[in-house]
Amino acid sequence: MTGSVKKGYVRPLDFKHGRVELSHGSGGKAMAQLIDELFLRSLDNEWLRQLNDQACFAVPRGRMVLATDSHVVSPLFFPGGDIGCLAVHGTINDVAMSGAHPLYLAASFILEEGFALADLKRVVESMAEAALHAGVPVVTGDTKVVERGKGDGVFITTTGVGIVPAGVDISVDRARPGDKIIASGTIGDHGVAILSLRENLSFATTVQSDTAALHRLVAAMVEAVPGIHCLRDPTRGGLATTLNEIAEQSGVGMLISEQCVPIRPEVSAACEFLGLDPLYVANEGKLVAICAPEDAQRLLEAMRRHPLGRQAEIIGEVQDDVHHFVQMETAFGGRRIVDWLTGEQLPRIC
Amino acid sequence: MKYIDEFRDGKLARVLAANIAREVRCERSYRFMEFCGGHTHAISRYGIQDLLPGNVRLIHGPGCPVCVLPIGRIDNAIELACGRGVVLCTYADTLRVPASQHMSLLKAKASGADIRMIYSSLDAIRIATENPGAQVVFFAIGFETTTPPTAVAVQRAEALELGNFSVFCNHVLTPSAIANILESPQVRSLGAVQLDGFIGPAHVSTVIGSRPYEYFAQEYAKPVVIAGFEPLDVMQAILMLVRQVNDGRAEVENEFSRAVTREGNLKAQALVAEVFALRRSFEWRGLGEVPYSALRIKSRYSRFDAEVRFGIEYRSVPDAKSCECGAILRGVKQPRDCKLFGTVCTPETPIGSCMVSSEGACAAHYTYGRFKDVEVVAG
Amino acid sequence: MCLAIPAQVVTLLPDEMATVELSGVRKEISLALVDGIEVGDYVIVHVGYALQKLDPAEAERTLQLFAQMERPSAGDAA
Repeated sequence: MTGSVKKGYVRPLDFKHGRVELSHGSGGKAMAQLIDELFLRSLDNEWLRQLNDQACFAVPRGRMVLATDSHVVSPLFFPGGDIGCLAVHGTINDVAMSGAHPLYLAASFILEEGFALADLKRVVESMAEAALHAGVPVVTGDTKVVERGKGDGVFITTTGVGIVPAGVDISVDRARPGDKIIASGTIGDHGVAILSLRENLSFATTVQSDTAALHRLVAAMVEAVPGIHCLRDPTRGGLATTLNEIAEQSGVGMLISEQCVPIRPEVSAACEFLGLDPLYVANEGKLVAICAPEDAQRLLEAMRRHPLGRQAEIIGEVQDDVHHFVQMETAFGGRRIVDWLTGEQLPRIC
Repeated sequence: MKYIDEFRDGKLARVLAANIAREVRCERSYRFMEFCGGHTHAISRYGIQDLLPGNVRLIHGPGCPVCVLPIGRIDNAIELACGRGVVLCTYADTLRVPASQHMSLLKAKASGADIRMIYSSLDAIRIATENPGAQVVFFAIGFETTTPPTAVAVQRAEALELGNFSVFCNHVLTPSAIANILESPQVRSLGAVQLDGFIGPAHVSTVIGSRPYEYFAQEYAKPVVIAGFEPLDVMQAILMLVRQVNDGRAEVENEFSRAVTREGNLKAQALVAEVFALRRSFEWRGLGEVPYSALRIKSRYSRFDAEVRFGIEYRSVPDAKSCECGAILRGVKQPRDCKLFGTVCTPETPIGSCMVSSEGACAAHYTYGRFKDVEVVAG
Repeated sequence: MCLAIPAQVVTLLPDEMATVELSGVRKEISLALVDGIEVGDYVIVHVGYALQKLDPAEAERTLQLFAQMERPSAGDAA
């Protein structure tokens, strides 16, 4: 007699019309099926195939970096991306901002009862593609389901680990007077792409989210200038918030030049329509680098050689300032400060 | 961006700055007041004061309709959303204004009130059409620029026979603001505040034209130059004001000629006259009761008047004791003269009207310019 | 006061509406407050309405005024 027991017929999940049900999170057959037919199939790798509750891997030598990020973006799908690839890129970037090579990701999903399986599939497949393209697999995960009304479709939390190469010491408190400040590309793209879909604010534009994994750009930068002082990706709160964070932690001030900050004309225009300051609008595929002045040109060139850094610019320099103000020379010739954001930036009529 | 970038050109800024520097007389000072939130913002955002000679000072007047909106009216709006369960549609500017009992529209929204941020009054009409079972109230604020859009919405509601739409009207009038400043004792009789001229508001003037300012120029012998929205416009207007002062003239000049005519937008004016009537008096935050300074909905359209429909009662709420907004709005004091500025009162925790909106004098100064105060203090 | 921007009318729509464009960003706005607007005209837009048509000749004249190095009055000594 053959030893194997035939599995009973299980009707495949209906990814066209089906919806997430509470049973998909309760640990039973329904959940196993969801994991198998969606997560494992899309994210497929040697760790996930083992079906353990954890992933086991050898730890290369060096200092380990751990980062985590929750993603609650709404709408879930936007020009240039979706919550899935955003979740992958976001955590890869958090790890990479320490100069580390990202190695593995974990992903946990909180699904709302009633969420369309078609949308979930789209999200997970986007994550899979992003992870594959980045070379950073999702090796373990978790799924829970909450009652209808208690979630926003799907929330995703990703956690990533990486290893920092020896000789690299990148930290938000290392900016020093005289250092140069470099932005890797145009600001405000992601925020404008999202806003263009918001009800009552909608406008038509070709601006796409800039969501991208920056680890390979960072690797090229660290190779060119191992002594980079600071790296940070300006997500929520925009470039202005990131500069203020670095200034505060490093105990310095900054002076940037408005004319040097790269920005797309459409992003400028969208901000004009809504009365927003692009310095505070979110980015998802850009970084700010701070390095010693003698390294700046070399770093800039290394960045521009990489596809994600083609429009990199030196936007200013770090200076001595006990008040830690970030100041800006306006294109007009006057000076203003670029302050911390007060609450969420809202469009204005006045 | 056409008609925007050219008016922000740094090279031309230097030319204008040089012209202004050459024409000012060293032995006197020039103090010009603007009362347009957009100008307050432009002056701060582009650092225009930096480009002017030391004896030219720009003063911010009551040009921000959010700043002059009394706390009591925000309380009314919150009451409509929370107590009466209406769908309250509002421009984003009002959301963070702190009202009584540590409330704000944003906080009310967080606690479950249906408050929706809109971009245009027509969005409120659409929301009313899409939610026939709900009462939809449009929280209308603004000077003459924003009033015609409300008029359009009221007429649209009438045409569509919308039974669930009404407007909570808080529109105020610019000339009343100017008169109030000029009539204040400090300016008129005491001469304690030197005001040499006015930078006229940009977009209010596209609607009302340049004619309404002629009265002020004659009656108070102060020049008025209507300035466009961009920084070069503001600088050119300052140059024109300096020339008027030097010449001893008090005329109305129009720098914003690409969008402002003497008559203004007659179609918009007619619409406003159709739908609105003058209130005998209205409280302005920081200025107190100002006669004939605000609009209410005409009886003909009273079924679209939220104050009538919901029987709204207004209760005046005074500002904090140490708040200097009244003096600041009149140009008598500067933000840093206020004890509360930058300490208790910040954009995060605004106490008075000048800090609540990003275009209030205190908010603008705090956000863009307070680093200069510090330098002064540090010597 | 009031945030308003100049944008170009690219399409006229029914119901007194139009599509305007600024540097590749398009928005639908109302023409209920203005008359005689044609495709190609620039209008000042505030809270979703065109408030006034922009006069290109005046705009050009204003720009030239800015660039003047000297005071433009007849017979004035420099």
